[in-house]
Amino acid sequence: MNRAALIFAGLLIIAFPLSLLAGRVWVDPSSTPNAALILMELRLPRSILAMVIGAGLGAAGAAMQGYLRNPLADPGLFGIAPMAALGAVISFWFGYSASAYLLPSFALLGAGAGMAMLALIAGRTSAGTGGGIALFTLAGLMIASLAGALTALAITLSPNAFALSEIVLWLNGALTDRSWREVMIAVPCVAAGLLLLTLASKPLDAMTLGQEAAQSLGVRPAALLWLLVGGVGLTVGASVAVAGIIGFVGLIVPHLVRPFTDRLPSSLILPSALAGALLVLVADSAVRVLPLVTELRLGIALSLIGAPFFLHLLLKMRRGRI
Amino acid sequence: MSLAASNISVQGRLDGVSVQLEPGQITAICGPNGAGKSTLMSCLAGLLVPDSGSASLGGEPLATLNPQRRAQMIGYLPQDGEVAWDVAVRNLVALGRLPHRDRGEKAIEAALEAVHLTQFADRPISTLSGGEKARALLARVFAGEPDWVLADEPLAALDFYHQHEVLASLHASAKLGAGVALVLHDLALAMNHADRVLVLKGGRLIADGPPETALDEANIIQTWGVAARWVGEPGARALVTS
Repeated sequence: MNRAALIFAGLLIIAFPLSLLAGRVWVDPSSTPNAALILMELRLPRSILAMVIGAGLGAAGAAMQGYLRNPLADPGLFGIAPMAALGAVISFWFGYSASAYLLPSFALLGAGAGMAMLALIAGRTSAGTGGGIALFTLAGLMIASLAGALTALAITLSPNAFALSEIVLWLNGALTDRSWREVMIAVPCVAAGLLLLTLASKPLDAMTLGQEAAQSLGVRPAALLWLLVGGVGLTVGASVAVAGIIGFVGLIVPHLVRPFTDRLPSSLILPSALAGALLVLVADSAVRVLPLVTELRLGIALSLIGAPFFLHLLLKMRRGRI
Repeated sequence: MSLAASNISVQGRLDGVSVQLEPGQITAICGPNGAGKSTLMSCLAGLLVPDSGSASLGGEPLATLNPQRRAQMIGYLPQDGEVAWDVAVRNLVALGRLPHRDRGEKAIEAALEAVHLTQFADRPISTLSGGEKARALLARVFAGEPDWVLADEPLAALDFYHQHEVLASLHASAKLGAGVALVLHDLALAMNHADRVLVLKGGRLIADGPPETALDEANIIQTWGVAARWVGEPGARALVTS
């Protein structure tokens, strides 16, 4: 475990118990009525879910930035999150969202379809030198664009006002009212995704030198692509399936972590998972505490932080400091 | 073991090139822009499968060789020396050990020493000059202790002193039994330092032999279209345009 991982693990250990207590009503285990019930059935699953989702998004961001050799890359760009969202929107459209497992199942199916399309289009050329990464990015953008268009169509043709409001609210991701059921869905997917991304970490180090040099170091481009599509698909797909669209985590987190590491992707993935868990946990606690009439959606809060951060990165890049 | 290309063609880039490179030698690959030098290097490094013909190492086709095993035996330095992240020089050089899956501290130190970068080992790559960065990238290849060093224009960014120092390191590698193949644009460097020169033009192999014959004045005018003559003693020759 490197220095960055230790720092973010330490912060997470401090933040986790605080997040259990934080909320519109601060829980005092000794005096709040039904404190144990509130903690066990509401706060604990929500905090765990925040950490699981954040870990997946953070690690996926670190891996994608390593693969594309670009600090502005975000896993959301590659079509998997919009496809998962499309799957979920379809379940709302047909009224399946009332069923406990159908909404996340549809979202996971959407993510799977996005992964399959990405691998089919980009995988064909990844065996040769050059072109593979550019095609991967373009394929992802095309899938994201298609999924976005179909989602907009579903909203436009929404069967009733209730479905419309459900879709729009859900697209602005949140962890409100999530339970152990969502934790059970997300944990195995994110764990499998993190395993795949960890397996990709050394080949991603080689990608620091470009695709041709990486191949000369023994990296199999097609195998790396499959690991990434699987890893990003499972982590991002599971996140969208249980919480809706939560953007910018994969973009912001690797930047926060990078200065504490040797900057190679292999030393970034685990700390980014921990820092992602911390960011989403803290952000979700903050939206619960904010004194607003209705709880601010987590996806909106993170976008409000993420958009200026992205602009800051762009300006830094223009000055040659990245 | 020898590295060979057997009648390889890549559409629009290489046309029926056959060559057998021997270890213990420095082979220079020369030719005008677009002659197919980098394509030939990619094929010999096992990174590009030719449309026809095959490249092999010790008789084993590179296309079927395990990529990790191939990477342990062939170190390749591409022309594009881009480094995506601002890593420390030592960590960059350590990437050369990836095919071996070990830390290889001694090999990394020796590689840094060979390119005179030991004192810069802990500096971020962004603080290095172009020439220092080129040497760090070459050290990455040396760190893998490959049987073959294939480098595409490794001397282009180096000053006069470091060109000769890096060539001395490559000579030392060749003396220890490694095979070295370099794409070179400086014909004088090829003449004075290579044991063998391949001349490519329009994807075809025009000449193959000792530098004195492969780079004789007739071949130079036929390949580059420039009338030039060699002056000076063997080992210290200069090319003068007529």
